[in-house]
Amino acid sequence: MTTLIIKTTTRYLTALILTFGAYIILHGHLTPGGGFQGGAVFASGLALLIVACEDEVIRERFKKVPLSAFESIGALGFLGTAALGFMGYTFFKNVIANSGFPLFGDPTPIGINPGYLNTGGTLPYMNIFVGTKVLAGLTSIILVFYLLLGVRKDE
Amino acid sequence: MRRALGLFAFIGFTLFLLVAVVSLRPFGEPVHTEMDSYFIGHAQEEASSNNVVTSIVFDYRGFDTLGEATVLFTAVAGVLMALRRREVKA
Repeated sequence: MTTLIIKTTTRYLTALILTFGAYIILHGHLTPGGGFQGGAVFASGLALLIVACEDEVIRERFKKVPLSAFESIGALGFLGTAALGFMGYTFFKNVIANSGFPLFGDPTPIGINPGYLNTGGTLPYMNIFVGTKVLAGLTSIILVFYLLLGVRKDE
Repeated sequence: MRRALGLFAFIGFTLFLLVAVVSLRPFGEPVHTEMDSYFIGHAQEEASSNNVVTSIVFDYRGFDTLGEATVLFTAVAGVLMALRRREVKA
């Protein structure tokens, strides 16, 4: 699996893929995409890393990454952000939108506009939580499959 | 006998598909557009989001996304429980 071609490609492509995934997650309320899609892109970059590295290196590196904790944090954070709506309103009410909250709380100009990152209320928070959840879940599935198959380097 | 039955079923299904295609509504002229118009008109002031799809997925129909997230969580938990070995700390 870990041929020279894959190693060289990974060295140049992984940073770009991870940056693009983070961009899709963070700009979910302005451009097409969102938490699920950005998390899948991010997980594909990590899968490329998993495929390209040696078995021992992957074992050593991913021992310190709390993927299960990320998954749980994503789920609970999504529920907590949705439960913010209980402050006087209903479940899933976007309470931060147009409220002047310093992060993501600016009012959106009505009509055609280029889109500003500091708007959106609870939508960017939910995007970030769902993105964390999806990338942790898909990466852990790929990692478990890889380690279960016991893929050896064949060069 | 079996052949005749199969031919009959084939002809019947083809006729059904043809009738369904002919009686389709014209593309781009939906009948009920109250909900679409509401979403497109109010997404910017209510959900404060330029991307109407995200405002629908995370705000207007957030329960659907909650169910999807639960499905993904359950799938990952099942895979990790079924396939995890002792030395794998994933």
